[in-house]
Amino acid sequence: MVGITSYGAYVPLYRLSREAIAKGARGERAICSFDEDSITMAVAAASDCLNGIDRETVDGLYLATTTSPYKEKLGATTVAMGVDLRQDIITADFAHSLRAGTAALRSAIDAVKAGSAKRVMVAAADCRLGTPGSALEQNFGDGAGALLIGDSDVAVAVEASYSVYSEILDVWRADDDTFVRSWEDRFAATRGYLEVVREAVSGLMQKFGFSPSDFAKVVFYAPDARRGVDLARSLGFDAKTQLQAPLFDVLGNTGAAFPLMLLIAALEEAKAGDRILLASYGNGSDAFVLQVTEQIEKIRDRRGMKGHLASKKVVDDYKQYLIWRGLLPIELRKETVSFLSAPAAWRERDANIRLQGVKCQACGTVQYPPQRVCTKCHAKDQFEPYRLSDKKANIFTFAMDYITFPLLDQPIVTTTIDFEGGGRMQCYMTDREPEQVRCGLPVEMSFRKLPMKDGIHNYFWKSIPVRT
Amino acid sequence: MKGIKDRVAIVGMGCTQFGELWDKNHRDLVVDACYEAFEDAGIEPKDIQMAWYGSRETGFTGTQLASALKLEYIPVSRVENFCAGGTDTFRNACYAVASGVCDIALAVGVEKCKDHSGGFNLDILEPFDRSMVEWDLPPSSQFAQLATRYMYHYGWKYEELKRIFAMIDVKNHHNGTMSPNAQFRREITVEQAMNAPIISYPLGLLDACGVSDGSAAAIVTTPEIAKSMRKDYILVKAMALTNGAGQAILQPEYDFIHFPEAVAAAQSAYKEAGITNPRQEIDLAEVHDCFAITELITYEDLGFSPRGKGPEDVEAGSFTLTGNLPVNSDGGLKCFGHPLSASGLRMIYEIYHQLQGKAGPRQVKKADIGLTHNIGGICGFFNCTVAVFGKP
Repeated sequence: MVGITSYGAYVPLYRLSREAIAKGARGERAICSFDEDSITMAVAAASDCLNGIDRETVDGLYLATTTSPYKEKLGATTVAMGVDLRQDIITADFAHSLRAGTAALRSAIDAVKAGSAKRVMVAAADCRLGTPGSALEQNFGDGAGALLIGDSDVAVAVEASYSVYSEILDVWRADDDTFVRSWEDRFAATRGYLEVVREAVSGLMQKFGFSPSDFAKVVFYAPDARRGVDLARSLGFDAKTQLQAPLFDVLGNTGAAFPLMLLIAALEEAKAGDRILLASYGNGSDAFVLQVTEQIEKIRDRRGMKGHLASKKVVDDYKQYLIWRGLLPIELRKETVSFLSAPAAWRERDANIRLQGVKCQACGTVQYPPQRVCTKCHAKDQFEPYRLSDKKANIFTFAMDYITFPLLDQPIVTTTIDFEGGGRMQCYMTDREPEQVRCGLPVEMSFRKLPMKDGIHNYFWKSIPVRT
Repeated sequence: MKGIKDRVAIVGMGCTQFGELWDKNHRDLVVDACYEAFEDAGIEPKDIQMAWYGSRETGFTGTQLASALKLEYIPVSRVENFCAGGTDTFRNACYAVASGVCDIALAVGVEKCKDHSGGFNLDILEPFDRSMVEWDLPPSSQFAQLATRYMYHYGWKYEELKRIFAMIDVKNHHNGTMSPNAQFRREITVEQAMNAPIISYPLGLLDACGVSDGSAAAIVTTPEIAKSMRKDYILVKAMALTNGAGQAILQPEYDFIHFPEAVAAAQSAYKEAGITNPRQEIDLAEVHDCFAITELITYEDLGFSPRGKGPEDVEAGSFTLTGNLPVNSDGGLKCFGHPLSASGLRMIYEIYHQLQGKAGPRQVKKADIGLTHNIGGICGFFNCTVAVFGKP
């Protein structure tokens, strides 16, 4: 049996009130902080998904996103390294389509079915931009979902899948566009979304002999709250009892990650035996029949959708959002002569991306960043790697800078933290309220983006208050 | 091991105005500082046999100094040791004289910090390599972390510790009003210091030194030659330099309420100088007050105050000009600003004049033994110099 063996999700801490975008607009949407992007959110969701799972057993990582920070350079490798996976695994980006998440899912299922991998991680993340003030900007949300596909300890079996494609310009973004474009809503809905997903779902049910009453839940990607209901009704589902709530009021449309995140929300409520129908949309549709097993109860201890949605801070200042997305230029400090060296970043990839420290085999002292000579006992080259990214820590001391990047996220908090089990690190702190920062505050590590230098997105870890 | 005590004498010093010297480049400053030192020593540039040039921001190699002064084909080395660079430059010149390889050596420190936006580039490659993942912020956040922990460790209320910082700020500003070369020459009040905008919590604007341009120079020789040049030469009693090896961030035992680099440098210097009770034996000190917390902790690191008791001495006025151990009699970094590699030599310039009894309105009553102290870098990777000077 092949299926989902674990799930994890990530919703950024910050939500933008839609009222801040347009007077009278309702609800809120999730927004990345200034130091987050699809890569960092994918790392967070994949980490959530890997809770309690031996990372050595993962044979592949597929990243699905329409908002990769690079046009040419793999994102999956950064995510794989960020969650400290083995080097001899398959990595690939699924891109350019809102269907990328389910395309990656189907490929992972096929890879495990074919026996070329035992466990494949699918991480989908998006942070799409709508033109400032537009309906799309109100509609979108930022977030990530991750599913681990495997053939043992299956919590959600994949019973069937079915795909159609459709060549249409309804929602798109050209190579040099910053913002997503869309054709008139009536055309996009009738000839795009409704027609195509209906075709995939009815094709699936017909081919494998299912009827609407076979499903406890249907999970549909939806371009907005109303169309998902229209679709469910037209297919004969009871929108009230069967349709997974699309979370537009609290999250927004998270693009390639949306169907996966909605599925995870459904799984959080599901019980063994439930049959779930999942369908995505984006130049076609991928549809799946899933069935929940007893195993689901063993993977409940994730933050998932519920945990992340409950933990939030609402931003009312639209200007703040524009600055964070780089849409409103702010004066940054004049560039110094410092430069980022690709060879140096490569040499330090385990320390910086995996957040790998070392443990002295002679005296047991955990040290970060990795050293050649032990700080304590001076033994030379007697270290074993030691992962810090998943360790809890406490703030030993901190400072709060009020003069650098005044409009970005003042104050800039720097922390010296001590990890439980050993090891100390100095790092930025993010997603914090200045009033809550204190010596002794419990923190955890979060993969983030440092300011871009020389066309390079520089990723590193920051401390955040433990998210509850 | 003979040590440096009484083997090297200062026979001439110079120091420029410190401040926003927009109309001068580093060569102008070097010429001004060195020619004052030549005149003070009564020698010509051609008498210099070896030279050391301390600078972080003004260009590469010893030719910067050679070309400014037209030193003809003598050895000039460039020294860089961050905030301790000035004293380390001086140290190298002293060691050359003590070793006997030259009779007269020149040590110069200079920076043009105001040519940089923010004072100097923050290109600090520790603890990482050039992957540039260190936090990229002004030094205030490094020192503020010690202030935060000092407050927490000793249970200080924020306002109370800020008042101690303010008293240090006020003292240094008062002394600075009497220093013609200082960048800032005005009194401030405790209220002003406490209410100044926060630059990096818990440090405020007036808890920090300024950024400035400046240069200072020293001419050193053997005591024997010095005697033939002037009566009031000053003797080097000790020179210590320490460098952190990352301990503060690699070992959670480090407490962020002291600078182990400074403690080690002080112990080394006291041993060399034969000082057993620094509070009693040292008459005045120039310490690295880049931030008020640095000066406060330095009182304790240098053994002037017992551990945790620095604030009591501040409240007692022990380190004011009329106290029993005046600290930063010229106003310190607080009033001179901090052109990195010039600061150490600027401090020696003050001790030199105090020991000669030529410090004018800020002259300390008893000035037989003086100390200078510099510390710079980031937590775990500070470098620190402590030097002791005495009269013949």
